Amino acid sequence: MRRALIPLLFLVAGCTRTGGNAPVRVGSKAFTESVILGELVTFLAQDAGGRAEHRRQLGGTQVLWNALLAGEIDVYPDYTGTIAREILGGAGSDEESLRVALAKRGVVISRPLGFSNTYAVGMKEEAAARLGIRTLSDLARHPELRFGFSSEFMDRSDGWPSLQARYHLPQQEARGLDHDLAYRGLESGTLDATDLYSTDAEIRYYHLRVLVDDLHHFPDYHAVLLARADLATRAGRAHASIRRLEGSIDEAAMIALNARAKLDRLPESVVAADFLAERLGVHADARRESFLRPLLRHTGQHLALVAVSLGAAILFAIPLGILASRRPRLGRLILAGTGIVQTIPSLALLVFMIPLLGIGAPPAIVALFLYSLLPIVRNTCTGLTDIAPSMRESAEALGLPPLARLWRVELPLASRAIVAGVKTSAVINVGTATLGALVGAGGYGQPILTGIRLDDVGLILQGAVPAAVLALAVELLFDRLERLVVPRGLRLPVSA
Amino acid sequence: MRIEFRAVAKRFGGAGLPPIDLAIAPARTTVLIGPSGCGKSTCLRLMIGLLRPDSGTVLVDETPLTLENLPALRLRMGYVIQDGGLFPHLSAADNIALLARHLGWPEAQVTARQDELCELTRFPRASLDRFPSQISGGQRQRVSLMRALFLDPSLLLLDEPLGALDPIIRSDLQADLRAIFQRLRKTVILVTHDLGEAGFLGDHLVLLRDGAIVQQGTLADLVRRPEDAFVTRFVNAQRSPLESLEAG
Repeated sequence: MRRALIPLLFLVAGCTRTGGNAPVRVGSKAFTESVILGELVTFLAQDAGGRAEHRRQLGGTQVLWNALLAGEIDVYPDYTGTIAREILGGAGSDEESLRVALAKRGVVISRPLGFSNTYAVGMKEEAAARLGIRTLSDLARHPELRFGFSSEFMDRSDGWPSLQARYHLPQQEARGLDHDLAYRGLESGTLDATDLYSTDAEIRYYHLRVLVDDLHHFPDYHAVLLARADLATRAGRAHASIRRLEGSIDEAAMIALNARAKLDRLPESVVAADFLAERLGVHADARRESFLRPLLRHTGQHLALVAVSLGAAILFAIPLGILASRRPRLGRLILAGTGIVQTIPSLALLVFMIPLLGIGAPPAIVALFLYSLLPIVRNTCTGLTDIAPSMRESAEALGLPPLARLWRVELPLASRAIVAGVKTSAVINVGTATLGALVGAGGYGQPILTGIRLDDVGLILQGAVPAAVLALAVELLFDRLERLVVPRGLRLPVSA
Repeated sequence: MRIEFRAVAKRFGGAGLPPIDLAIAPARTTVLIGPSGCGKSTCLRLMIGLLRPDSGTVLVDETPLTLENLPALRLRMGYVIQDGGLFPHLSAADNIALLARHLGWPEAQVTARQDELCELTRFPRASLDRFPSQISGGQRQRVSLMRALFLDPSLLLLDEPLGALDPIIRSDLQADLRAIFQRLRKTVILVTHDLGEAGFLGDHLVLLRDGAIVQQGTLADLVRRPEDAFVTRFVNAQRSPLESLEAG
């Protein structure tokens, strides 16, 4: 017995010791380039011999940054311009000032990976060659060119107005339109130039020439990796391996990677593994998943999110509704409070939660819990206050004490309204839970996010259809529940 | 049970009950009678503590009714209202046994009491499983009466119990109620605006007007020795069908 225990103790000690063995957790944002970079980082960390996991396509900059600070992830890819503007709030964007500012927050910035994903202006290669246009300055010689820019680019501080001023561009007309439509416009010849991200996959697809920003109008958006300062000490080999990405992806390479994922529809893991094998001689095992396994996983995650958050909401909201019906003034406060929660955009609520609860299921569950309160509180309160005064008085005159009146008379009489409130919450909850994918909680939101990102309707449906089916199933389940909870006497057909 | 009002007053907005003194003798049936809004139902609600007097004292067996002794006293009072006040989510059987079950009566005792009361109120035992919406108005009042009587209270309060019933059912129930009152010999206080019913069921009638007692006594006292013109008017207002026949 004792002999068996000793190796077991070593095993436990080995697991709890953090040196080198803890998995490296990699994050990425919800767009394809970020996910590819996340896959690259994950494979390189694994190549160093340690474990690594990729929490892919989390909400946006704030979600990732907060997750990094909270220690929920160890490393994720970002861009120098974004770091300077959105994270550090207008700090200098040169490497040194970023390094110093980030170090104060316990974050280490890598050397640039080699490409800058900034705004750029592109033209059809063939037209640009014919007109001899290579740089943005060259545009000034052709006032007849027709520009179509994305709406965001029309408004941004570094967008069209300042670009026009900087290069003294004579073109008077620049139309604002949808980004995808702009590409079609170029293709059909109704537009001559549009804005783009310098690593867009479409550059290759539409045979575009990216004009050189010779006056350096656009800020740099050099891709870098942000890592927690403790990663180097905690998983030194993995950290060193990850840094092999520094300077190894130039713009052409990144465009090619994006194109393989977005245009050739290859999984990001395959795209990343091929790149590593070719450029760094690293063998990575890109597993393709079947259709069924992720569906089962997402179903499990989704059900867990809904069940836990809704269960907690029922336990909390019904007493709150009872309280609201007993104390009308407090009741108005309670209803206003739960109502205000509904007005908080879900992504904002999730971002608030990250410093407290990290990423993954907990913040999603708390957010879903909060969103589920209002229908249950309101219906409980209304159901109780709508009970006929004669019913209340009968129960009181009968001699039942207050708690017994509530339990034996008032709650049963209000049960229909209460169950209806729970049903509403449940159906909304099933739908809202898809947003959990933004903070890494998984669920049906995961394929939906990926599908939106890759413009893949099939993938979107892989999340949306099961979510709709689940909502219907929940509705049916609660119809059944209604029969159990609502007393038979209240479900009789009304007779004369 | 003896009930007494000492200068009990209750206001609702403009109207209400001016200070009133009233003594209800035990072990007989007292009927509070009068036109709508005379305060007769208010008196009943003050007795069972659904209303608290603004001033004055309600005495139950010489003890003032307070919030402290009210719960215990309510268990010794039964209360029946016009539409029965039955709980729609409970069957007739569960309605009448609700309080006993809450008090933890053994199920055998509950069943025995249900049988007893079905016999007393001539309610068909087989209908006990039905819900209030599935039985007639007259039967609902029998169930309501059973519920009020379940713990064998000392005081039975009935607020226009037959007000919503058609004449034949009403007449049957009047006869049954009289038999029950005579058999149980409890203190019964009944509110009605029907003088015929009051005379048929009551040992003692109290005629109220605008919250004040106009006259009390037997039906004979009110009919033969009216104390003022209002009493006469109230008595004459109760038209009998035969009277119309003679006039026609």
